[in-house]
Amino acid sequence: MERLHVLICAGTGCTSSRSLEIVKKLEEVLPAYHLENEVKIVKTGCFGLCQKGPIMAIYPDKIFYSHVTVDDVDEIVKEHFYKGRPVTRLELTDIDEKTKEKIFDIDQIKFYSKQKRIALRNCGVINPEDIYEYIAKDGYQALGKALTEMTPQEVIDEILKSGLRGRGGGGFPTGRKWQFARNSESDEKYVICNADEGDPGAFMDRSILEGDPHAVLEAMAIAGYAIGAQTGYVYIRAEYPIAVERLKIAISQAKELGLLGNDIFGSGFNFDIEIRLGAGAFVCGEETALIASIEGKRGMPVPRPPFPAVRGVWGKPTIINNVETFANVAQIIYNGADWFTQIGTEGSKGTKVFALGGNVTNTGLVEVPMGTTLREVIYEIGGGCPNHKNFKAVQTGGPSGGCLTEESLDEPIDFDNLVRLGSMMGSGGMIVLDEDSCMVDVARFYMDFIVDESCGKCTPCRVGTKRLLELLNKICAGEGTLETLDELESLSNHIKETALCGLGQTAPNPVLSTMKMFRNEYIAHVLDKRCPAGVCKALLKYTIDPDKCKKCSLCTKQCPVGAISGQVGKTPFVIDPDKCIRCGACMASCRFGAIIRK
Amino acid sequence: MKSLADLQKIREQAQKRVNMREVGNEDYRVVVGMGTCGIAAGARVVLNAFMEGVNHDHLNVIVTQTGCMGSCTLEPMVDIYDKEGRKTTYIKMDAEKVAQVVESHLKNGRTLEMYTVNQR
Repeated sequence: MERLHVLICAGTGCTSSRSLEIVKKLEEVLPAYHLENEVKIVKTGCFGLCQKGPIMAIYPDKIFYSHVTVDDVDEIVKEHFYKGRPVTRLELTDIDEKTKEKIFDIDQIKFYSKQKRIALRNCGVINPEDIYEYIAKDGYQALGKALTEMTPQEVIDEILKSGLRGRGGGGFPTGRKWQFARNSESDEKYVICNADEGDPGAFMDRSILEGDPHAVLEAMAIAGYAIGAQTGYVYIRAEYPIAVERLKIAISQAKELGLLGNDIFGSGFNFDIEIRLGAGAFVCGEETALIASIEGKRGMPVPRPPFPAVRGVWGKPTIINNVETFANVAQIIYNGADWFTQIGTEGSKGTKVFALGGNVTNTGLVEVPMGTTLREVIYEIGGGCPNHKNFKAVQTGGPSGGCLTEESLDEPIDFDNLVRLGSMMGSGGMIVLDEDSCMVDVARFYMDFIVDESCGKCTPCRVGTKRLLELLNKICAGEGTLETLDELESLSNHIKETALCGLGQTAPNPVLSTMKMFRNEYIAHVLDKRCPAGVCKALLKYTIDPDKCKKCSLCTKQCPVGAISGQVGKTPFVIDPDKCIRCGACMASCRFGAIIRK
Repeated sequence: MKSLADLQKIREQAQKRVNMREVGNEDYRVVVGMGTCGIAAGARVVLNAFMEGVNHDHLNVIVTQTGCMGSCTLEPMVDIYDKEGRKTTYIKMDAEKVAQVVESHLKNGRTLEMYTVNQR
């Protein structure tokens, strides 16, 4: 008889911090206390708080343990499961700002209390490999409702009314996309789930598929019914092995119960889903390239129109929605569009999942209502920048997006507002940068990524982004001039106007956005030959403050190139800038803070 | 899956397996003191008896445990909380008494005063 449910995150984040070894250890230890029948171990999806992983949640006690290690298992079983005394040192807590007291209640902890989970509602709650747990959480009710009580047009009307917009980046109204596909006459139609998540730092789609794969399958079947399709493809990168495995299990379980296959709910509607593995090319997230890849061709975009809703995979009408978009669909059908429109802002309904990363205390996955401010996400949920560093910027929208500064922190997050501010929602990567980040270097990082990932079909993207990268490298090396900045800007604008696909057209955005928001930093690089954040190595200069120098010679011993000279106990030491390779070893070794980096 | 009713049936069964995680919806919460004193006095038998009783009659009750409750001479002790958070403390429990408490308190909402701490 079960008395305790122990939920352990088996998502990619916690698995890499050895959560599966904890499961193994639990299976060993429980029988020693004769608890194997009383305590049920459940492997779940992501709890969101990846920074504090591996996370273990105990029900009905509702206690969350963080940073659990294999060595803690004995104590947890003996003290908590056997004797009923929670292991307080592992408990996830927060500090109440007013009373300064510890908060143990998981609903009161800021990381969770500010969130509203729709797409992630089952992640960290159910076992994703057990369809019955999904059904217990009202799973497949929406599909049943759609097939038995609604016409396809009513389904589309409901989605239109909900105001749901594509979560993959574009923000196109999902209902309209479906309507186009429904209106296209054809003997065959297709539903595709775009799980080719490629933005650096974004992992919300992976976590949804790992934690709640049935939510996506159910929504795809609903979409198939709405537009008149019988086949669905999940296009997912092979780099997501856990997600692929869970999807396979989910599809076979759904087929077994007749929730996929022929005559679902006795309605005469047939729907099947297949998995198509991608090789992890960024461009395959672009819908026309994705279609080419599914057809076995090289993943390269083609100009639109015709849009996939008219002519998509195998030349047939196709809708392509992102994982997170699908994760909202069943909830909208089950709870009604009116429920959904109560959440969010005028133009952006519902919630958005963000992968919070970079220089922020609580890196992880958060889902907030549209309209939440950047400050709430970064400071209240994310806990601000670690090590008392100052906030500098936040990058949203991945390689197609831009950077926002302190001034924008109190702006509400929604599709239109982020564009107005000069960035975009994108798929939901949110990378926080602190004072130690060089914005030229950030732009260079994204451009490096684009150059790697450009498919090479059109010249502006293939050649243009390469030239952009060279210009940025030049600036970082201290060889840039004011003309370099002009070149950078005009080339960026050319690429924007002439590239073939959306990814190429938005590729210069990180450059343009950092140039607009942090022009001073670019100027410092080209005019003063200085990197204000101290990142660009070629522009750094190490000197020794003669007043602080104790003439101990410790730095001389650390210097790998013999650039420091002086006499022990007699004269202050000096660094020869021509020999110095700017490695910083001297600075790390000096005990008196005499070495200055500028 | 031939109809929505089929799915509803499966859902009902499935919910029983996970409702332990739906904290807050239970009719009663039974907390057994499982400190060293409690275990020595037979708290494990009491805990098992509660679980059997609750399971046998499919009651919407959560059975959980805590450490030493402080009055070691009165162990095994059991606190039962109702929906409003009101607490009833039963003392010196054994399997036989548990069966009566399950029947009277958990099933029919009548406190068995003779076993509570007030009657000491």
